[in-house]
Amino acid sequence: MTLRRKLEEKFFRVLTALVALLVVFVLAHILYTIISKGASSLSWEILSQEPKGGFYMGGGGGIVNAIAGSFYLAIGASILAFIVSLPVALFINIYLIRYRRLLIGVRFFLDVLWGIPSIVYGAFAFTIMIFFGLRNSLGAGIVTVGALIAPIMIRAMDEVLKTIPIGLQEASYSLGSTKTETAYKIFFKQALPGFATAVLLAFGRGIGDAASVLFTAGYTDHVPRNLSDPTATLPLSIFFQLGSPIEEVQNRAYAAAIVLTFIVLCISITARVLYRKK
Amino acid sequence: MTKRILIDNISSKWMLVCLSFFLLLPLAIGTGLVLKSEDLLTGHTLSSLIFSADWSPSEDKFGFWPFILSSLWVTIIALIISMPLCLLAAIYLSQFAPKWLLEFMRPVIDILAGIPSVVYGVWGVLVIVPLVGDTIAPFFNNESLGYSILAGALVLAVMSIPYILNMLLEVFRQVPVELGEASLSLGATKWETIKHVFIRKGATGILSAYGLGFSKALGETIAVMMVIGNVVQEPASVFDAGYPLPALIANNYGEMMSIPSYDSALMFGSLLLFVIILAINILFRYLIYKSEEK
Repeated sequence: MTLRRKLEEKFFRVLTALVALLVVFVLAHILYTIISKGASSLSWEILSQEPKGGFYMGGGGGIVNAIAGSFYLAIGASILAFIVSLPVALFINIYLIRYRRLLIGVRFFLDVLWGIPSIVYGAFAFTIMIFFGLRNSLGAGIVTVGALIAPIMIRAMDEVLKTIPIGLQEASYSLGSTKTETAYKIFFKQALPGFATAVLLAFGRGIGDAASVLFTAGYTDHVPRNLSDPTATLPLSIFFQLGSPIEEVQNRAYAAAIVLTFIVLCISITARVLYRKK
Repeated sequence: MTKRILIDNISSKWMLVCLSFFLLLPLAIGTGLVLKSEDLLTGHTLSSLIFSADWSPSEDKFGFWPFILSSLWVTIIALIISMPLCLLAAIYLSQFAPKWLLEFMRPVIDILAGIPSVVYGVWGVLVIVPLVGDTIAPFFNNESLGYSILAGALVLAVMSIPYILNMLLEVFRQVPVELGEASLSLGATKWETIKHVFIRKGATGILSAYGLGFSKALGETIAVMMVIGNVVQEPASVFDAGYPLPALIANNYGEMMSIPSYDSALMFGSLLLFVIILAINILFRYLIYKSEEK
């Protein structure tokens, strides 16, 4: 009996360790594959030029249209999401703090909103665009991605605001400040480092999302000049180029994948370093 | 003084407007998609849309069964692969591993969960598709190009690992330490404690993590689309190509204006996806809240 128990203990110790190792290995293998495949095709030309004639047949040029487009889109979407997320997060933690059931309800609801897949956001935004007769554009992409990442941002901000002691709020009221002043002068300042993390996380999510921009932002070979221009994005650039049968085009997809991975890794690592410092 | 109160008034109204926007968003999405699919629903019965396998938009035949079936196959197989892996890895990291390893792995898993799905798709095309086509399929005496249900499921399984693992680690963290210690002091081994105390105590959380992982995997678009082959058919084996719902929507938006009712059909597809995922999310989020309340 004891031997069997000991063996079982040993067996599962080893098994779980092996599985953990396997998981780490697979995830490391992804990064390894992307880097080793992409590094050889990465060049200054790819990073700095727009696609030239015959680009998708193996012609010269680069993916700066997608890099710039992705940044425009993700920055725009993050700003937009921040503008609507900040009031919501503050509202939840200042106005609703005394109504426990309502508070739980709203948080529950935002979590559910988080689960809606981006393709549904994309499809819905597309129907609205058709309804109003709008074309694919940077602006439409920004609004769609903004709506997609806002729930993430709100919940991340909410987690930070949650930790602010209620005494601080009461002290602020007792000095005669209004709820708005408490929200924007006390809470906002207290939570600022956490907010930076929230925004960066949402930004990282926005820049990597493909399904929502497929319908809304369109695709073009040029860097967009204003909000009504269509725009290319990195995920779609990878997707389209990888679909090509020509090897040079495929290689550029790997290079684009490395760029996207690098951007996302930088952002999420920065976000975590910021959060730890606080 | 009145100015300050005025500002307070305006600002709190604005906050309320923003919140209502998000509260109304799913409602708006639902209504919008229902309105758009009405066109299709008036000409066809709901059951014929869902259970018919006849898909030829130009002849006004819209049977979603191949897509629903593909979606279910890929998602379920992916979950079958990733569920035990995540559970065992979570047990190791939270129970057996030294503390520093857990502290190190937590942010790493978080970061991996943030890698864009298209990158997983590239990895799938480079590694999984040849693996399935050249190694796994011949091993089972099957011919396959590699672009198959199995390839989609493998990529999806790997993608869902960081997501599910993250939630599982959280579940194990919330089990009170005293419970484990009580079990150990009664002479149970570490593994017995995990088996009888941690897994039982965290059962709801584990189930919810799987449920949310399922809904996340169901809505995943681009990575699956890159490796699954996108052929309209009822897949007979895991080595056949499939065509899941999100891929259908993503692939055809360009031409959907040229064929009557096609756009309506695609929106019906989105609606299906939306309703199923919303229902799963509500169910399992509710379970999580219930278990946290206790």
